[in-house]
Amino acid sequence: MTETNETVQALAEQEYKHGWSSEVESDQLPPGLNEDIVRAISAKKNEPQWLTDWRLRAYRHWLTMPEPDWQKPKYPKIDYQNIIYYSAPKKKPTVESLDEVDPELLETFEKLGISLDEQKRLTGVAVDAVFDSVSVKTTFREELSKQGIVFCSFSEAVHDHPELVKKYLGSVVPYTDNYFATLNSAVFSDGSFCYIPPGVRCPMELSTYFRINTAGTGQFERTLLIADEGAYVSYLEGCTAPQRDENQLHAAVVELVALKGAHIKYSTVQNWYPGDKNGKGGVFNFVTKRGTAHENAKVSWTQVETGSAITWKYPSCVLKGDNSVGEFYSVALTRDHQMADTGTKMIHIGKNTKSTIISKGISAGQGDQTYRGLVKILPKAHGARNYSVCDSLLIGGKCGAHTVPYIESANKSAVIEHEASTSKISDDQIFFLRQRGLSEEDAVSMIVNGFCKDVLSELPMEFAVEAQKLLGLKLEGAVG
Amino acid sequence: MTTPLLEVKDLHVSVDGTEILHGVNLSVAAGEVHAIMGTNGSGKSTLTKVIAGHPDYEITKGDVLYKGKSIIEDEPEDRARAGIFLAFQYPVEVPGVSNMYFLRSALNAQRKSRGEEELSGAQFIELVKEKAKLVDIDQGLLNRSVNEGFSGGEKKRNEIFQLAMLAPTLAILDETDSGLDIDALKTVADGVNSMRATERAFLLVTHYQRLLNYIQPDQVHVLLGGRIVKSGGKDLALQLEEKGYAWLEEEAATA
Repeated sequence: MTETNETVQALAEQEYKHGWSSEVESDQLPPGLNEDIVRAISAKKNEPQWLTDWRLRAYRHWLTMPEPDWQKPKYPKIDYQNIIYYSAPKKKPTVESLDEVDPELLETFEKLGISLDEQKRLTGVAVDAVFDSVSVKTTFREELSKQGIVFCSFSEAVHDHPELVKKYLGSVVPYTDNYFATLNSAVFSDGSFCYIPPGVRCPMELSTYFRINTAGTGQFERTLLIADEGAYVSYLEGCTAPQRDENQLHAAVVELVALKGAHIKYSTVQNWYPGDKNGKGGVFNFVTKRGTAHENAKVSWTQVETGSAITWKYPSCVLKGDNSVGEFYSVALTRDHQMADTGTKMIHIGKNTKSTIISKGISAGQGDQTYRGLVKILPKAHGARNYSVCDSLLIGGKCGAHTVPYIESANKSAVIEHEASTSKISDDQIFFLRQRGLSEEDAVSMIVNGFCKDVLSELPMEFAVEAQKLLGLKLEGAVG
Repeated sequence: MTTPLLEVKDLHVSVDGTEILHGVNLSVAAGEVHAIMGTNGSGKSTLTKVIAGHPDYEITKGDVLYKGKSIIEDEPEDRARAGIFLAFQYPVEVPGVSNMYFLRSALNAQRKSRGEEELSGAQFIELVKEKAKLVDIDQGLLNRSVNEGFSGGEKKRNEIFQLAMLAPTLAILDETDSGLDIDALKTVADGVNSMRATERAFLLVTHYQRLLNYIQPDQVHVLLGGRIVKSGGKDLALQLEEKGYAWLEEEAATA
């Protein structure tokens, strides 16, 4: 015990000279979680005292919280003392060309229509000078900074923009929020930070393509996006390419702040390792995502969830200001033994607030999923409106779909509509499409993409095409 | 003697263990139009689906030859790509998939399998304009989801439009005429007539003689109780219109 503490102490005292992006091989803390570990993480990142204290408050609060178990997908007990909470990103093994990459992976990229450069980046191929990711990153950063847009890693933001981080961190998802968000608050490693100044329309989709330090920060990621008054930003997270990770538990937190008249559009495509055909392994994706919309502001979530053994998340909107708008568009696909318990929460606080929920669930094999959503109208939310549609599509006879909508209204003037449907892909539909010359897999893919159209059309163009192909790929072999 | 385009030989078919076709024989040459008539439940639709390869039907005996080769082991899409088309009695809806997108995917899948180049967007639109005129289909319907919210007549018209677009070698129409008003019936018939060609054959399944006023068949077959009980020229259809099917049932019973 003392030895461990000494190691922690030593690591904590080690000076952190080069910032997060410097790569120190095998720089990691021992497994386990205690106050020293939390301090050590903070020290490693050379954080100011207020942030160390914030982490510690979160940790102490976490100790008092029971692990939730109300969700539908059950999972084996997680040993939190067996997790390594800090590990510096290791250098990815670099290969010389795509010829050295697993051909099966390349075939998947091909089917998804991922560009060659992107393929290289994903597989760690050394890129030539022209497409050097660092220079691309720099170019884009320069262009963005001309407009005053800040887009950097969370760690950098802590040092370069402490006033913004201090003001908004935990303002949407407080460290006391829920078991996994609280854990994240104590131990988060890194993530992204974005600030759009008043009246600025971010000229490009901010995507993971240009994200900094994504490697190795996936497990306890923290994202904070602030759109100042009248600003607009579209942010893409994730990737259609299959992502493997040794870490089973992913507990990320995403906070969005849309100030007066701002609009944040946040799109996710999630394709984490789902485990094998028998349900062994796979990522637990337990994420807390929430956005606050001030007066006349709008927060839109679009998600395409196809990976992970268990997906458990409710990207939510707090419609705080009058006339603010919240949107949630979701496609969740579960097959084999995948499970998903997902949906959204729309909290109407301001007057004339509006929310729209379009959720499409697809289950195949023994996949099981639950739409769980809350629409809450507070007493002062006069004229609030909500429209929800929850559709489920079943493929085969062993899968399941459940819809659990919660509606709480404390204002008589509120108008809340909820539609739900469950359907099966019919053999007649498949036969019809095959009779016209389409393969069985293309037929299923076409039917599923038709089913998801209303959601896919919300994704940025390029992403939508990839997502369509992804759904088709994910369903290969799921029928018949 | 040339090989018939379609040959059905002593075909026995079961679904869920119940035999529906009890030895059907049929031979259709390229360039011909054959009509199959019969009462409800006589096995007409079953025959069309078996030729197209519906997986629910089990062939217990006999064979189906297309261009001289057995196709009963072939997947439905392979039969379609080889030029077999079935216009459905009850066209299904595919929500969220536009007619145009669906047709372009289908057409290009067929072209690809034949080693032909896929049609570009512009070429496809050209073809759509030409064929839409042929079957008098509303352009608005083409951009809507496949059959979603279409009236019965619109669905049938859409089937004939697909037929025109895909230009198959063997076209099977399963009661395309039922539920159509006289104008729609004429349009459908005009579409079929304009597509008649020496290399193409039609198999029309119908309840009524009405359709045959507009499409002249080379042969008429009567399917009753899972067997073809009588074949003849177009006069047979007129006879049926006049006398019904009862006399044939008796004839079949005594045979």
